[in-house]
Amino acid sequence: MSAASPVEVEPTQTPDEITLVARPWITVVWNDPVNLMSYVTYVFQTYFGYGKAKAQKLMLEVHTDGKSAVSSGSREEMERDVQAMHEYGLWATMEKQE
Amino acid sequence: MSGFALHRRSGHVIATFTGFEADLLRSLASQLVELLRNEAAAPRTGLDSFEAMLDFSGPTSEPDDPVLARLFPTAYPQDEESAAEFRRFTEGALRDGKATGAATVIDTLEEAGLPPELTEDGLVIDVEMDRATAETWLRSFTDVRLALATRLGVEEGDDDVWLAMPEDDPRTQAHDIYQWVGYLQETLVEALTG
Repeated sequence: MSAASPVEVEPTQTPDEITLVARPWITVVWNDPVNLMSYVTYVFQTYFGYGKAKAQKLMLEVHTDGKSAVSSGSREEMERDVQAMHEYGLWATMEKQE
Repeated sequence: MSGFALHRRSGHVIATFTGFEADLLRSLASQLVELLRNEAAAPRTGLDSFEAMLDFSGPTSEPDDPVLARLFPTAYPQDEESAAEFRRFTEGALRDGKATGAATVIDTLEEAGLPPELTEDGLVIDVEMDRATAETWLRSFTDVRLALATRLGVEEGDDDVWLAMPEDDPRTQAHDIYQWVGYLQETLVEALTG
């Protein structure tokens, strides 16, 4: 049996910084002239489990801005997401969150 | 030609193709399989190092063929080393997955009655598939369309260019096929989400 010893909370770290440390990478999907808007929305809903409104918003971002950050997480998680996007034929890359 | 629809009672996706249409889809899927399985993986660099000699897991540089380069994009545009590692660990599986998907399209069509050689006129192919198979078709349609578009040089908002192209230009026919597969894909998305 053991008892938890008191842990000191680092008082200088703000919640924002903690979040950033935990999710430092993003998956970016880029616009291409081929993929259908309905298909891209479908992929975001199916793979990420996003609701239709969020999936459509991201799809429109890709369409009008040329790209959109569609997910964030650890480097390993983002490599999985990028690979999945390539399985679906979407043009995806990953980068460190600014 | 009406594309795909959801059969509500079974939850299956159904479509009816003429023999010609089914044969065309099979031909497109076969070409994709051939490209994915036959085109040699990009050569690796620095094969003299011990590490490189033991590494037979996959290619590390972008494929030469523009279609393959589009199907397997570089994951880290700013970081060559990470991009090579990512490619080494993913491209083989992605290639297999896409080739298997295209082979599923061929199998579905042949199981639905498409003969090895299309000789008969007036043949009708009724396709019925479960959700998982329909998803595979959906992804394979994307791969076929990406391949056709890359070969044709399709660009955003270039509809006028294709409309103005003479009918006897071979690219016109290829572009018509590209658009037809796009139409089919649109109805398949609708069937899966409707």
